[in-house]
Amino acid sequence: METATAAKTAPSAVAAPLVAVDHVRQRYSKGSGDDLLVLDDVSLSLRSNEIVSLLGRSGCGKSSLLRIIAGLMPASEGRVTIGGRPVDGPAEEVAMVFQTFALFPWLTVLENVEIGLEAQKVPPAERQKRALAAIDLIGLDGYESAYPKELSGGMRQRVGLARALVVHPKLLLMDEPFSALDVLTAETLRTDLLDLWSEGRMPISSILLVTHNIEEAVLMSDRILVFSSNPGRLRAEIPVKLPMPRNRLDPAFRQMVDDIYALMTARPTGKQAQGVFPGTGIAMELPRVSPNLLAGLLETVAGEPFNGHADMPALAGPLQMEIDDLFPVAEALQLLRFAEVAEGDIRLTDAGRRFVQLDPDDRKRLFAQHLQTCVPLAQHIRRVLDERGSHAAPASRFRDELEDHMSEQYAENTLRAVTSWARYGEIFAYDEDTGVFSLDNPS
Amino acid sequence: MARRDLEKVGRTPLLGLGGAGLRPNVYDFAIFILIAAAFVAMAYGAREISAPAARLTVAPVTLDPANLPGYALRTTLRMFAAIAASLVFTFVVATLAAKSRKAEMVIVPALDILQSVPVLGFLTFTVVFFLRLFPDSELGAECAAVFAIFTSQAWNMAFSFYQSLRTVPADLDEVSRHFQLSPWLKFWRLEAPFAAPGLIWNTMMSMSGGWFFVVASEAITVGDTTVKLPGIGSWLATAIDAKDINAVVLAVATMAVVILAYDQLLFRPIVAWADKFRFEQTAAQQRPRSWVYELWRRGQVVRRITVVTGWIGRGVSHLPLPLTRPPRRAVRAEPKPGSDLLWRLLILAVTAYALWRIVRFTEASLGWGDLFTALEMGLLTLARVVVLIALASAIWVPIGVWIGLRPWAATRVQPLAQFLAAFPANVLFPMAVVLIVSLHLDPNIWLSPLMVLGTQWYILFNVIAGASAFPTDLREASTLFRLRTWQWWRKVIVPGILPYYVTGALTASGGSWNASIVAEVASWGNTKLQAAGLGSYIADATEAADYPRVVLGIVVMSVMVVACNRLVWRPLYRLAERRFRLA
Repeated sequence: METATAAKTAPSAVAAPLVAVDHVRQRYSKGSGDDLLVLDDVSLSLRSNEIVSLLGRSGCGKSSLLRIIAGLMPASEGRVTIGGRPVDGPAEEVAMVFQTFALFPWLTVLENVEIGLEAQKVPPAERQKRALAAIDLIGLDGYESAYPKELSGGMRQRVGLARALVVHPKLLLMDEPFSALDVLTAETLRTDLLDLWSEGRMPISSILLVTHNIEEAVLMSDRILVFSSNPGRLRAEIPVKLPMPRNRLDPAFRQMVDDIYALMTARPTGKQAQGVFPGTGIAMELPRVSPNLLAGLLETVAGEPFNGHADMPALAGPLQMEIDDLFPVAEALQLLRFAEVAEGDIRLTDAGRRFVQLDPDDRKRLFAQHLQTCVPLAQHIRRVLDERGSHAAPASRFRDELEDHMSEQYAENTLRAVTSWARYGEIFAYDEDTGVFSLDNPS
Repeated sequence: MARRDLEKVGRTPLLGLGGAGLRPNVYDFAIFILIAAAFVAMAYGAREISAPAARLTVAPVTLDPANLPGYALRTTLRMFAAIAASLVFTFVVATLAAKSRKAEMVIVPALDILQSVPVLGFLTFTVVFFLRLFPDSELGAECAAVFAIFTSQAWNMAFSFYQSLRTVPADLDEVSRHFQLSPWLKFWRLEAPFAAPGLIWNTMMSMSGGWFFVVASEAITVGDTTVKLPGIGSWLATAIDAKDINAVVLAVATMAVVILAYDQLLFRPIVAWADKFRFEQTAAQQRPRSWVYELWRRGQVVRRITVVTGWIGRGVSHLPLPLTRPPRRAVRAEPKPGSDLLWRLLILAVTAYALWRIVRFTEASLGWGDLFTALEMGLLTLARVVVLIALASAIWVPIGVWIGLRPWAATRVQPLAQFLAAFPANVLFPMAVVLIVSLHLDPNIWLSPLMVLGTQWYILFNVIAGASAFPTDLREASTLFRLRTWQWWRKVIVPGILPYYVTGALTASGGSWNASIVAEVASWGNTKLQAAGLGSYIADATEAADYPRVVLGIVVMSVMVVACNRLVWRPLYRLAERRFRLA
């Protein structure tokens, strides 16, 4: 993982890094069959005075890695050290900010901030002094006696930040801290955090930020570690040398965002063309994407100004979609052969262009054709229904089949996805009450 | 936007409706057998006592109105003793179940079944047991009465607390582990506050139900022994023996005052206070209010108490105990299949032994004929419960909906319904009996309504709550589409209130089974009215000190209640939760 930046800071690189993650693997045991590999052989290090982003899509294990570093769960294999000491539980020099804020609703702002100090048995007077200082720093003075439910999302996350800073950690871990906030609030909080960081007013020496937002990673970090999904692997390390404060409209900034999009949509070498989603044949994990979204994206890409070929970042911006929203839709289109996704671009196929021109009924017919040829699970269910005299089969039968290959949750999602697509294409029906697939469509 | 909805945790339903499996598993049967064996053991122990317990030197209860306030106080104190015992039980047993998998395997099914066991049925054994424990002293009988109330509350509360402990939000649990909160601090900062609304609601509901049992358990006859503890229940029993209708009226009035005081001074302030622990990140529009709580909050007392408790809490957290140290480093406990298997085998072995003992015990004194009699009686009582719940629903659902959709009415009626649910209906029984006797009515029919006299209110106030929570936009939409009355009931309001109705109806039916033991047999002076049913079967066996039949009656009733819950209420509740919950 040595890069150009390491050469410049050679003297400090001799000292032990703040955090060292060494060949970490993480598995979850499934009910049956093989374990699910979440993180595969991840090694990285974090030095002092840097902000590093872990960038990846959902399911790439980045949150698991953060929890392993925080000592909240042990790695199945490998080793993590902080300040040279191995992590075997929550370490004192680490504090974390949560995506869901994770504030105690029955405690006031002050009490919430004090909780870490209380656990350390700091005397009440000092506890309060330090907590008030942290609240002041983060710009929440005046709200000490408020309860979290009285605050807006942005303010709640400020409380989460103050709670983390008050214990004077060396390392601040942030688990998608801005993703539950609206765009404007998130931006304000990011700017404030960067200001505090660059002015050196926070007692921390490094920040590790987990995010799925490419622009956020480029805006905030000194290095970006890009993860691939299923299983999570470290795919690339990108140093960001743009001067702070960064401007989103700066061409260099845009270029970097484009490059990362391209990197994240590039097909990993050695995978089959079919394999946009993990698994093959009927065992392919399908994303739950509504047919309306599929049609919507097709129409957007087909229309002005894209005319059938769009740059993904240019598409994501105006649609206000983050990669976890946009990528599954694009990839579902790719699976159904309505579009091709590569190098951060999406390009409609002929079928995709034709789809946009058709009226609703013909769209359904075309969709049904593609669904039956491109999605083996849909084909499989339809064939079983055709073969049976009753033209009906319980969903549990297919769920069991899927669970041989994937976790319960994924099996459920996959089945729901194929049900929703099949309903749109009217290739088979599903009765929620009885849990039965059938061929009779109420018309 | 990847905006994740914050989990909303509502009140845990009464009687563990959220329970895991629908199908009973082998442990349910095992635990059921163990519980039955415990009854058998108690009955066996009771039979062992050759002579009836020595006559107690309790000051006889007199019908002097001057004594009534004192009696009311004694009754109330018994309630508080029971609630304190239930809370201790809840904290210990539920925490144990939530923290230890082995304990969980036994405790959870046990609580589930014990919730369905008719409390009044085994009053017999407990009286004998406690009298023996404290011979020649009032304490034994007091303990038996307190224990009877305890058994009507503890299971419910423990179940609610256990469920809360198991559903502590994952992110808050992570925060506690992350900041290395000691178990002590974690309990008071996270687990107890999170469980508080559910536990408090359940406690208050249980306490409302408890008044019924305190009245029933103060005066009890087992064989030749009659125990009358000073209290409203004994006053009532004495009044019935003396055919003194004025004394009955006085008892009703006193009870009303007591319940009103309980409602205003305890129930409402505590529910209003517990509102701040609700796990919701948004401020609710309507909060429970209580004038007592407002007074209390404005005064200095509460601040003083906070200071003192905070001081005590800090003192404890500095004690050098494992409880106050940060948790051990080991992050994940690996399940050990070997020791689990051993534990399961142990449970099954104990169950097999218990089954053998039950067979031995019943062989000697009971035949198949007894079982059929008990089942027949059980079906009679079942028929009563079904008909009465249906009738109560037919009456109270429309009324509850009407009230619930009108906020001004709901705010006035809701407290009244809660008050009526807490009011012990057995205090009113004598009046009904006087009517039946004087009008020469058939007790088989006319004693039955007594079973739902106190429990029907659960249906009413749950339906009111459901209708009040019905979303305005759906109401407006149905108005705009000009749905016909029948259509509106079928498609709009009934599905909308179903989860609430099921909770209410389940509580009501459970309560009615229990009430059957005192409602199917009633007396007025020397006149004794009896309706054929399992309740009177148990009551008769109790009076005759025929312990095997008491056990048989209880077991049959428990099976029927458990079966009703598993076959009717739980599926219905799940359906309601899945399809009709308006979040």
